[in-house]
Amino acid sequence: MPRVLMKGNEAFGEGAIRAGCRYFFGYPITPQSELPHYLARRLPEVGGVYLQAESEVAAINMVYGAAAAGARVMTSSSSPGISLMQEGISYLAGAELPCVIVNVMRGGPGLGNIAPAQSDYFQAVKGGGHGDYRLLCLAPSSVQEILDLMGLAFDLADKYRNPVMVLGDGILGQMMEPVELPPYSGELELPPKPWATTGTAGRGTRNIINSLYIEPEELEAVNLRLRAKYQRMEEEEKRWETYLLEEAELVLVAFGTMARVARAAVERLREEGIAAGLIRPITLYPFPDAPFHAAFSRARAFLVVEMNLGQMVEDVRLTVEGRCPVHFYGRTGGVVPTVAEVVNFAKEVWQKL
Amino acid sequence: MRVLFERTRGLTSKPFHYCPGCTHGIIHRLVAEVLVELDVLEKTVGVCPVGCAVFAYEYFNCDMIEAAHGRAPAVATGVKRVLPDRVVFTYQGDGDLAAIGTAEIVHAAARGEKITTIFVNNAVYGMTGGQMAPTTLLGQKTTTTPFGRRAEEAGYPLRVAEMLATIEGAAYVARVAVNSPKNVIQAKRVIRRAFEVQLANLGFSLVEVLSTCPTNWGMNPPEALRWLEEKMIPVYPLGEFKVPREEREHA
Amino acid sequence: MLEEVLLAGFGGQGILSAGMLLAQAGMAHGLHVAWIPSYGPEMRGGTANCGVTLSDRPISCPLVTEPTTLLAMNQPSLDKFAPKVKPGGLIIYNSSLARWDGELGLGRRLLGLDATAQAEAIGNVRVAVNVLVGAFIALTQIIPLERVKEALRVVLPPHRHHLIAANEKALEVGASLALAKVGEGIALR
Repeated sequence: MPRVLMKGNEAFGEGAIRAGCRYFFGYPITPQSELPHYLARRLPEVGGVYLQAESEVAAINMVYGAAAAGARVMTSSSSPGISLMQEGISYLAGAELPCVIVNVMRGGPGLGNIAPAQSDYFQAVKGGGHGDYRLLCLAPSSVQEILDLMGLAFDLADKYRNPVMVLGDGILGQMMEPVELPPYSGELELPPKPWATTGTAGRGTRNIINSLYIEPEELEAVNLRLRAKYQRMEEEEKRWETYLLEEAELVLVAFGTMARVARAAVERLREEGIAAGLIRPITLYPFPDAPFHAAFSRARAFLVVEMNLGQMVEDVRLTVEGRCPVHFYGRTGGVVPTVAEVVNFAKEVWQKL
Repeated sequence: MRVLFERTRGLTSKPFHYCPGCTHGIIHRLVAEVLVELDVLEKTVGVCPVGCAVFAYEYFNCDMIEAAHGRAPAVATGVKRVLPDRVVFTYQGDGDLAAIGTAEIVHAAARGEKITTIFVNNAVYGMTGGQMAPTTLLGQKTTTTPFGRRAEEAGYPLRVAEMLATIEGAAYVARVAVNSPKNVIQAKRVIRRAFEVQLANLGFSLVEVLSTCPTNWGMNPPEALRWLEEKMIPVYPLGEFKVPREEREHA
Repeated sequence: MLEEVLLAGFGGQGILSAGMLLAQAGMAHGLHVAWIPSYGPEMRGGTANCGVTLSDRPISCPLVTEPTTLLAMNQPSLDKFAPKVKPGGLIIYNSSLARWDGELGLGRRLLGLDATAQAEAIGNVRVAVNVLVGAFIALTQIIPLERVKEALRVVLPPHRHHLIAANEKALEVGASLALAKVGEGIALR
């Protein structure tokens, strides 16, 4: 298999192309710029459309229109831009339109900075926009996984008629790693979308894309139908990876870039005789509970490590339900915890057990 | 028996919810008739606003999309870029287009998106309770300008057609009114031209339609029609502000 | 085997490209590799830097915070990063633009090469960083020098391919200078 060195931000783009995505609408923001740069060059090669919108607000609504027209479509941005898109994301979820949104997270709140962070976990996983909705949320931790998960993201978006958020961060976007890139075979057989608004010709009946239901009972029924969809996601789509979990007494939990640091920390802790292991959620929503249940018999403590002040740790606590102490270590504002910092904190936790 | 007038198949059989004397219904009918007469109804995708016309997807007998407030031109852009051979239009009021959606309409025009916008200007927010709109006239009383709009506090009415006509990507921009049979006939002719400009791939087209809101203006329907004629048209003159280049050269 | 290389210097010295060259050559040689540009607080201070991890095992953490090798092209980079090098690690610096007078300790080895002067002699000052890369390759033998030369063809965009010869020369000069100095036993303290 040919291997090439690829930047994370470019892998988001190439993964989308290979998933049959032909439409990108976005607005410039650091540190995701290589992604639109890549697609501006690449999409015309495959007969697609790259369009730079006048704002993130416009971009997400162009995504809404393209998705309504039945296309595989995506946008990408970084934290402040994703905040601007929240209105549109709520409408996409309400109108049940499939699309993929990439957030290459940076430091916040406000303008924050352009350094890597994971502080948009709540926004991605708990809603972000108004209303009772969920996004499928995927968190790759290597360039190869970016490429792979972009394909999955588009498939899941179509399967559930739901927006999918792929969460990266400044490091993942900027770093280069080898990826396996089989020769590109061109057009995919994509699932039909009989609900799309493409004109009534040949169909006879009208299609309407809408999230307005003026009668409370009618809107409640819609919300219950959406909940049933989210429950199906929770049954079928949880994904995770574990590392040395079988014998682990101290279980680290981390996603994305932080999971790479945590994995190296686990290796060092093992070298020092501490039975550490790692759970890496790949889907942040639905949050994977199975590996936690598998760890309970031996685990004496969980240690959640994040590039924020404690967000995913809340889902870990909800999953652990008090059966085991849950500790947290995080740095914020674009500061990335080093392996040594995580190891030192883990040893403190270990000594107190 | 001779048929003198019948409901266009461009509209569904759903009765309009609009207030008595509101001219939204006329504008809906004109757009629907044009789509049928151009034989494009089956390949049309319409985008509705948030405002009084929020339920327009129940009336136009074609595929319809409900957009977020002000975002219809962006949504229409997404549709048209995916389906360039379809006819795509937005139907927007003055709050939707001229306030919250200003960026979207200006940049859709600047890109020369091959879409048609029907912009309904009745100088007031209708659905939310008669508040001041960007197009509210100076001195006009609304629920948020109870003593009349004063320029010192609330600025000046926005002339959307004139503003958008300055944009290179806008191929056809015109303003019409639907307050008299003569003006209604003219309005239909202009709306047809706007769609023809789209079908000819010439660029962005917009028709601003001066419309009445008796309910929020506090008038009966005949008074509203007169008020439109006497008060609105002097501020918002009717006419074509931009025509496609070749027509200009032949003129 | 795990090499975590930090390359640092002024913007414009080709630091990021030299890092990509190492990563590309490592990948071609069958190693696991990762390349990561400066991030967070490391971005400040007018220096450009990148980390390259080369390993015979899958790479857990691609961030280079405690390098096993530092390639420093200027004084600020040397001052800033030399103390972060792992015990027993290697520091190769551009003695045309930087000097190190103090002690390092922890068994860290230090080698100064006049990279800028050598590059000027080759005829293109922009290839200076590859003098240090050549030295690193010669001293660690982690990748055959030929692989690094081949990688130039991938890393350099086609419109820069006329610079391949100068870059190859820089790699060779760095390698032979490093081996000679080590042979003389003068630099690696």
